[in-house]
Amino acid sequence: MPLQSSGTALKITEIQVNGTRYKIDAAPDTSLLSVLRDQLDLTGSKYGCGEGQCGACTVLIDGNPRHSCTLTVGAAAKRQITTIEGLETNGKLHPLQQAFLDEGAMQCAFCTPGMIMTVVSLLKTNPNPSDAQIAEFMQGNICRCGTYPRIVAAVRRASAEIKGHAGRGE
Amino acid sequence: MTMTTNPIPGGLPEQEVEFERYELRERPAHHFEFDRRDFAKIIGSGIAVLLISKGVVAQQESGQGRGGGQSLPRDISAWLHIAEDGAITVYTGKVEIGQNIRTSLAQVVAEELHAPFEAIRMVMGDTKFTPYDQGTFGSQTTPRMGMQLRRVASAACDIMRDLAAKQWNVEAGRLVAANGAITDPQTKKSLSYGQLAQGQALARAIPDTDPLIPPAEWTVAGKPLAKVDGRDFVTGRHKYTSDVKLPGMMHGKVLRPPTFGATLTSVDGSAAQSMPGVTFVHDGDFVGIAGTDPQTADRALAAIKAEWKPAPVKTNSREVYDYLKANPQAGGRGGGGGRGGQQADNSHAVEEALSASQHKLEATYRVAYIAHAPLEPRAAVAQWEDGGLNVWTGTQRPFGVRSELAAAFHLSEDKVRVQMPDMGSGYGGKHTGECAVEAARLAKAAGKPVKLVWTREEEFTWAYFRPAGVIEIRSGMSGDGTITAWEFLNYNSGPSAIETPYAVANRNVAFHPTDYPLRQGSYRGLAGTANVFARESHMDDLAEAVKMDPLAFRLKNLPNDPTGDRLRGVLQAAAEKFGWSKSQPAPDHGFGIACGVEKGGHIAACAEVAVDRATGAVKIVRVVAAFDCGAIVNPDGLRNQVMGANIQGLGGALFESIEFENGAITNPKFSKYRVPRFPDMPNIEVVLVDRKDIQPAGAGETPLMALAPAIGNAIFHATKIRLRALPLAPNGIKA
Repeated sequence: MPLQSSGTALKITEIQVNGTRYKIDAAPDTSLLSVLRDQLDLTGSKYGCGEGQCGACTVLIDGNPRHSCTLTVGAAAKRQITTIEGLETNGKLHPLQQAFLDEGAMQCAFCTPGMIMTVVSLLKTNPNPSDAQIAEFMQGNICRCGTYPRIVAAVRRASAEIKGHAGRGE
Repeated sequence: MTMTTNPIPGGLPEQEVEFERYELRERPAHHFEFDRRDFAKIIGSGIAVLLISKGVVAQQESGQGRGGGQSLPRDISAWLHIAEDGAITVYTGKVEIGQNIRTSLAQVVAEELHAPFEAIRMVMGDTKFTPYDQGTFGSQTTPRMGMQLRRVASAACDIMRDLAAKQWNVEAGRLVAANGAITDPQTKKSLSYGQLAQGQALARAIPDTDPLIPPAEWTVAGKPLAKVDGRDFVTGRHKYTSDVKLPGMMHGKVLRPPTFGATLTSVDGSAAQSMPGVTFVHDGDFVGIAGTDPQTADRALAAIKAEWKPAPVKTNSREVYDYLKANPQAGGRGGGGGRGGQQADNSHAVEEALSASQHKLEATYRVAYIAHAPLEPRAAVAQWEDGGLNVWTGTQRPFGVRSELAAAFHLSEDKVRVQMPDMGSGYGGKHTGECAVEAARLAKAAGKPVKLVWTREEEFTWAYFRPAGVIEIRSGMSGDGTITAWEFLNYNSGPSAIETPYAVANRNVAFHPTDYPLRQGSYRGLAGTANVFARESHMDDLAEAVKMDPLAFRLKNLPNDPTGDRLRGVLQAAAEKFGWSKSQPAPDHGFGIACGVEKGGHIAACAEVAVDRATGAVKIVRVVAAFDCGAIVNPDGLRNQVMGANIQGLGGALFESIEFENGAITNPKFSKYRVPRFPDMPNIEVVLVDRKDIQPAGAGETPLMALAPAIGNAIFHATKIRLRALPLAPNGIKA
């Protein structure tokens, strides 16, 4: 059990991120984002607004995109948490990460990890989204530099790449 | 203070740079010299080439031996080092904020140095290691720093050639530099730059006059190279300031007044102070917390009891335009940038021309306060060490922040080091160092490093804004559509791009500074967006008055000079791609066009909008933007900038507006302050005009300027409703 009594308040002492169990020490109402960044040094997830409006903090909880700034660590404690740091496998970029590079889909790139995590989830449920579906699914992610069209291009590229692999039975 | 300008024969000077009062650009009062010992430590062995400004010192050479006695030239603006292992490092005070100069500057260095692009590492915006730089703004990186680095690289290449010539005892002129090595085509001997740098400890200063490779002959510059370090960004590995962590680091919070200008009348921090792991700081009006973790800091901040006395309220966001008009600023730093200040008042000639005009038009335009809202809010990590101060912070002016810190803590500047990790952007909004000063004050009290990251609400409230403004235009036109009189008065928003590029015989253009209610400052494009919006909206009404096509009307009134030619070029390029004259909009759709010039950049945009007459909703269907900033250094980066500027500009054009009442911002959150999102995206195409015969200008700002008027003009085309205020349609169009 990840719950443990500490003084009067219950504390969360363990979470599972990117397939690894981490020891933590946090009150259950602490934001997951703060635990990831401040306790585990997983700083790829960003603080952008603190109200679930910009998507910079997006992580996957059991495969679904969630704003880690408004999600408490208590609510995430027994779930599988995936962050941007968990996408690379054996030094090889996830097709989406590669697609963002290939399309140059970034400027300052502060929004990029949140964008990528959101699209990972989109492509899982809809491997071949239309531009309108991409726009609707991604409307919670803000890019202030204005690279949206390139991000859409990266999604399409990754979608084709992933389908290509599937077609080749990989 | 009123500035008046007369028509300038032959249009505007090509490369004239117009700074304005909102561009925070002063050099610090005290500028201390680069420490020679640091320099020697950095260069170690190898070869360094330093660029000094023209007229300071003709040429200096520190000679063999490390740091041997002479001091370095005073006005170094850039330098480059080639190590014995062949590593090439370029040092510049410019910073990377997403505009991709880490890549484009390395490209121009690789070009002139004849070295592989991949071999070049840029050290940027670190006050300990890079030469002084006033800041990264004003679209100056490419035309100025790019030019300086090209000269440094070119001189370094010559030095390599000379060293090889000496070793082989041949004429340097017959040697060829390529791919990071010098080769003698006759003997086929070759030495890499690293080999040539071996055993050297040479620092050579060069004047900024070396000849350069013309853009038409570029092989590395001019190519669409991808962002260097891109992999660090898609993996989340890049450490922005807000990601920096130091041993023992605490987390800061600052107590903010409830309203602007409120004064602290009492504060009780005893409850906060008694919490474990908390340092409470009260110093004048500054009240803050350092806590061992963010949650502790939050709890301690909430436990502070403070009382504030509000300041008198000047106005609110609805009445601000009347306030600006009613409160001219006496004195002030004025406007007009580098020109116009001493010219005679032309208003009499304009009045005469107006009364003689066949068509007269008079209209008032307004622009709202808007926020930069960079996705990474202000952040700083401060660490005191041996009486000195180390600060990491996101800023466009690391040396400016160093001065602020030195002044705030009564330190000499050489005791302060500011480092600027590539940041989550700024758009002109991060020229100031308040977050760095706050973090440093907390760290000083705590005796430990402190990280302070502003909340989104703090960023929306306590940063500064793009100024609101009022623009009044009176114009006269003859029956054939020739503009004969032009009066253009800008109140508060600023003088950037205030001059009309059209040929008008009688004009009176003036910027009036006023008193203003909110902290205001630089913003991408400055007042260019406001001034181009007003002018190009007005031009559309003039075209309508003589029933001329808006494109033809602009082409007719542009002068036959280089600026006029380049504007015609981008107008026609945008119109052609858009199909301006080849198609008609569908019902309830409209087409609009606009253009502008500033800082050596020439922009034109065509927009198609669709208006839903039932709901009033406005949708931007498509945009074509054509841009000419001379020779293109990196077409992929430039395309990204032009597209991004237009998408960011869409917010200010359609719906962004800072609302304030009773001394407080009432929409300081992304849930209340609407910025462009994915569903707002039009189909957007970018046309780049590559002028290899013209040295490159900057591109970060000007591409933003034509969008708002193009949209406003398209709305007029669709509905016959003329909107004269930005944002145009925050709640749709009420017909």
